[in-house]
Amino acid sequence: MRRSALPGFTIALIVLVAGLVVAFTIGRYPVSLAELLDVLWSRALGRAPSAPAAVENVVLLVRGPRVMAALLVGSALAVAGTAFQGLFRNPLVSPDILGASSGAALGAVIGIFFSLGVFGIELLAFAGGLAAVAAVYVIGSMLRSRDPILVLVLAGVVIGALLGAGVGLVKYLADPYNQLPAMTFWLLGSLAATSVSDLLPLLGPVAIGTVVLVALRWRMNVMSLPDEEARALGVSTGPLRIAIVAAATLVTSASVATSGIIGWIGLVVPHLARALVGPDFPKLLPASALLGGGFLLFIDTLARTAAPVEIPLGILTAVIGTPFFIWLLADMQRSWS
Amino acid sequence: MTIDHKTHTRLDRRTVVAGLSASMLLPRHARAASVTDGAGRTVAVPARVERVFPAGPPAAIMLYTVAPDLLLGWPRANRPDEREFLLPDVGGRPEVGRITGRGNTANLEVVLALKPDLILDIGSVNATYVSLADRVTEQTKIPYALLDGRFDGIAASYRTIGTLVGRPEPAEALARYTEETIKTITGRIAAIPRERRPRVYYARGPRGLETGLGGSINVETIELLANNVAGGTSGGLSNVSIEQVLLWNPDVIITIDLAFAANVYNDAAWAPVAAVRARRVHLSPKLPFGWVDFPPSVNRLIGLWWLAKILYPELFPEDLRTLTRDFYRQFYHVTLADAQIDRVLAGRD
Repeated sequence: MRRSALPGFTIALIVLVAGLVVAFTIGRYPVSLAELLDVLWSRALGRAPSAPAAVENVVLLVRGPRVMAALLVGSALAVAGTAFQGLFRNPLVSPDILGASSGAALGAVIGIFFSLGVFGIELLAFAGGLAAVAAVYVIGSMLRSRDPILVLVLAGVVIGALLGAGVGLVKYLADPYNQLPAMTFWLLGSLAATSVSDLLPLLGPVAIGTVVLVALRWRMNVMSLPDEEARALGVSTGPLRIAIVAAATLVTSASVATSGIIGWIGLVVPHLARALVGPDFPKLLPASALLGGGFLLFIDTLARTAAPVEIPLGILTAVIGTPFFIWLLADMQRSWS
Repeated sequence: MTIDHKTHTRLDRRTVVAGLSASMLLPRHARAASVTDGAGRTVAVPARVERVFPAGPPAAIMLYTVAPDLLLGWPRANRPDEREFLLPDVGGRPEVGRITGRGNTANLEVVLALKPDLILDIGSVNATYVSLADRVTEQTKIPYALLDGRFDGIAASYRTIGTLVGRPEPAEALARYTEETIKTITGRIAAIPRERRPRVYYARGPRGLETGLGGSINVETIELLANNVAGGTSGGLSNVSIEQVLLWNPDVIITIDLAFAANVYNDAAWAPVAAVRARRVHLSPKLPFGWVDFPPSVNRLIGLWWLAKILYPELFPEDLRTLTRDFYRQFYHVTLADAQIDRVLAGRD
């Protein structure tokens, strides 16, 4: 099993850099590579660019924040997915397993229902995600069982379904001409409305959560062993589990609050990263982050350029992710059998 | 005692007038045993219509303009600020839910319990709605008329409603107003070739990035008068990116969102858009019902005047306040005070 992770990291890094270049240079508004470099270079040197003001505006205020958001959200979802897959020792787990996405969705549709502003909607979505996972965790730990992980997952599934019903109820009561389309768009996921002011509320929680996960990277390896073995190695699984769940939830909720529901990345990217660098968490986490960011950059570029109208990210990730995942499954079976 | 007496006389007079007009109209009705609705379905004209169930908001509004007393209730209860612009006893009628293809909130048993003589539905007349209407009629045995709510269908829909509910005169007056409004407005701009008309972006949502694509009922008001920048792709409501809006670079932005209208001039990302530079972002009035978009009913007729004056001020010298007062009197049966007109035109909630 031991092999060098260097080629894998190189590939992940290339994907990310290529994603960044593609995302920055392609868009509905024509910006040439020379203009792009001029704007970025002038900014870095602190002098006025020679490109037209409209181009500078597109690069710095429109496309720039969106590219950064895609990078952050993609990395965040992939990191959270990796953490959850390790924690639950299950390759079919994604970051929404404990209800973070369903909670955020309910928060967001309630925000839209009460006609709140963008910030209010994002805040409610973020709070909804955190609250849902907290509720799942409390319920999961109240029910004593020999398999706490299984109880936790089941609690997540059940609470997720309940929250889904809540979303359905709010949509049902919403004004069909004004609020319902807004809710539908939000639930399909999009970065179309990202502005500079969205980046800080996204970056803060994602950075905190990621730092915690990175700090726990060695112990996360132990978490993939059964509880008794982990305890025998001197790792107390309870507090560690809370820390991992909290960090991954923080990251997921912040991402979902900004972008709406984007599935697949947290499920597919960790597998890709594992195929590239192996299952060792200290390597897997950064590789997932690089790949997730690059993956969403490509997908978001497609979402905003393929048509004059935005294609929802949730739809694109599913359309691209499904065949990819099937191919991955077939490939894994070949190499494992 | 005096008060009692007065009330009695007034009631008596009204009853007599109603009775007279009914007897004059009756023969004409008796002949029209059925009408053809907007979907080409044959709908039996009820012998007597006293209670009408509106299938959705457009139907409620249109029926209210013709015969407010017949309206059983509203698909959604009106808010107090909306009720202010409606007849006090009708605007406050209860919420009865809606029966449309987009999910019913009204239970058919509740509909039956309300004992409507007629169900009125105005909006799209496609196969989904036709089959829904047929099914409801089959289950409830209540005549269900499906009428066209688009601008070129409104006048005909008014006349059909007039026949169905036995109020041909008010319906005819409103049908004429509709025809004249559309004819006057489109006639005055007819000489301007399509490509010389302003390019308008319709902004919805707090970020202004939801818009109506070509042919969508949401942008019917805009597309009748100007070029919808998103009209190249046909469809309904959709999300677009700011980059796309910058590329379209619209001359005028029409929005229904207060938050967007309040922020757009301070948002650096929108600053290069021609409409923003020229300070031509206009917030649509929406009391008691929206002027340009939703619900897609006759409430948009006054929005045509409003938009025409914004886009072609030199061609439309009419005073908007006078137009507003007339429209609200004829359609909503209320006489507006100056302060109320100010509030309507400000576009705020």
